[in-house]
Amino acid sequence: MSAHQHFDNPIRGGRKSAAVFITLTLAIFALVLFLPLITVFVEAFRKGWDVYVASLTEPDALAAVQLTLLITAIVVPLNTVFGVASAWAITKFDFKGKSTLLALIDLPFSISPVIAGLVYVLIFGAQGWLGPWLDERGIQILFAAPGIALATALVTFPFVAREVIPLMQAQGSDEEAAATTLGANGFKTFWAVTLPNIKWALMYGVLLCAARATGEFGAVSVVSGHIRGQTNTMPLHIEVLYNEYNFAASFAVASLLALFALVTLLVKTLVETQFHDELAAQRHR
Amino acid sequence: MEATTVIHGRTGSRFRFREPSALPGFWPALGFTIFYLSAIVLIPLSALVLRPWELGLSGVWAILSDERVALALWLSFFASFLAAVTNAVFGLIVAWTLVRYQFPGRRILDALVDLPFAMPTAVAGIALATIYAPNGWIGALFDPLNIRIAYTPIGVYIALVFVGFPFIVRAVQPVLQDLEREVEEAAATLGAGRLRTFRKVIFPAIAPALLTGFTLAFARAVGEYGSVIFIAGNIPYVSEIAPLLIVQKLEEYSYAGAAAIGLAMLGISFVILLVSNALQVAMTRKQKA
Repeated sequence: MSAHQHFDNPIRGGRKSAAVFITLTLAIFALVLFLPLITVFVEAFRKGWDVYVASLTEPDALAAVQLTLLITAIVVPLNTVFGVASAWAITKFDFKGKSTLLALIDLPFSISPVIAGLVYVLIFGAQGWLGPWLDERGIQILFAAPGIALATALVTFPFVAREVIPLMQAQGSDEEAAATTLGANGFKTFWAVTLPNIKWALMYGVLLCAARATGEFGAVSVVSGHIRGQTNTMPLHIEVLYNEYNFAASFAVASLLALFALVTLLVKTLVETQFHDELAAQRHR
Repeated sequence: MEATTVIHGRTGSRFRFREPSALPGFWPALGFTIFYLSAIVLIPLSALVLRPWELGLSGVWAILSDERVALALWLSFFASFLAAVTNAVFGLIVAWTLVRYQFPGRRILDALVDLPFAMPTAVAGIALATIYAPNGWIGALFDPLNIRIAYTPIGVYIALVFVGFPFIVRAVQPVLQDLEREVEEAAATLGAGRLRTFRKVIFPAIAPALLTGFTLAFARAVGEYGSVIFIAGNIPYVSEIAPLLIVQKLEEYSYAGAAAIGLAMLGISFVILLVSNALQVAMTRKQKA
């Protein structure tokens, strides 16, 4: 069994089956993935470059971009600190209930975005648990940035933790133990030993969290109140424009988010390559 | 109080010298983890579990058995199931091709598998609605045949296929990768036919991963909102999905009603997860035997 035979001749299938499988795969990709992706950019530029630029620079669009960036800037650091803290506790120590904790961290993955928004309405809404109390004091959480940030935080909750925990688990804690024995304190150990080891996974987790935070629609739609120019994030602005039959502008804003998604995938691919080498190097050590 | 502290301190320090994992920062790290988890996930979710019962058991039942709600729940789960089945077929073909064949552009395709994860749902939603609308690229092909895709349950299904696409590919890929050599040897030495090899050797090996991917795709599709509502048309009794009805109940200020639908969705998903886990355990046992 030579190496090239295995690509040429998978379970006695020859070049013919290779051609069939590759064609089928390309067809599936074209239909399911490429078509929507291309549509976004074609529709965005359908009315020309000027309309495209105008759609992105009008005040409501800029307000939406600003709010989206603000929410992302609040949520991503919080979820990053959580991701690293939970990974430190889970991978460096043994304690009871660890698997329950892991399952709870994954829980938001299986919650509908709409439910993620709903739960905050149930608490902070006019008829929510804390609604009347907040209302008396004039504190606005729902239909304002804090509510949007909370709902986004719930949806993107596991992203950083999920990237960092498996890697830290695989790396063990020998290096950290050595650093502590040599007299380094906790922060120094983390900064000088752990962080360099996990930097790529951490970066990818942060990026994934940011991509999801900027693009979140369902959860944000429930808690935002859709006040144009005030509580509309980019995805909500896309919806408003689309429902007004302003397709070119809608797709123009959408194209920005699609571009960000493509960059995320590119970085992911690069990080995975990097990772691969790093992990391989570690194994050889 | 003092005694426990002393014991605690002693075991703590003994731990540190014996166990290489005994590092500083356990309590701050775990403390923040539990605080943040409670604030963002657990306390809010407790509202979902507790609030429907304000209506009483009969009230909750009245909401869920309302024809419009029941039809939306049915559509959400049925379309998600069909989409997951479709993705099982697509995912197997794609994973097989990406693992087994070398061809130009393979790495790019591999990276793009995750596009539905990365692409915001609203962006996918308006793109799909445009493609499958009667005057869209694909919608126009079916319009002369009098087949409507957008603004019907078929549109819901199409959006859910997009959303669930990566799950099965990503679940099956690593298993296929590990399988490679053994399978080829088995096939070569035993001279089994291709289909038979697939049925007897490959399929049993990837079945647990396939089931995992299927369940994830299914669960994701059930809760999906953004990519569906644009193409669905949201016609009452016809193309409304369950998450949309939650939004509607909230607009009617029926918090408990919205929570009841949300809790029902979560409950059904939980049962499906349990069944999937049980099947998986059975499969692994059978494979070992």
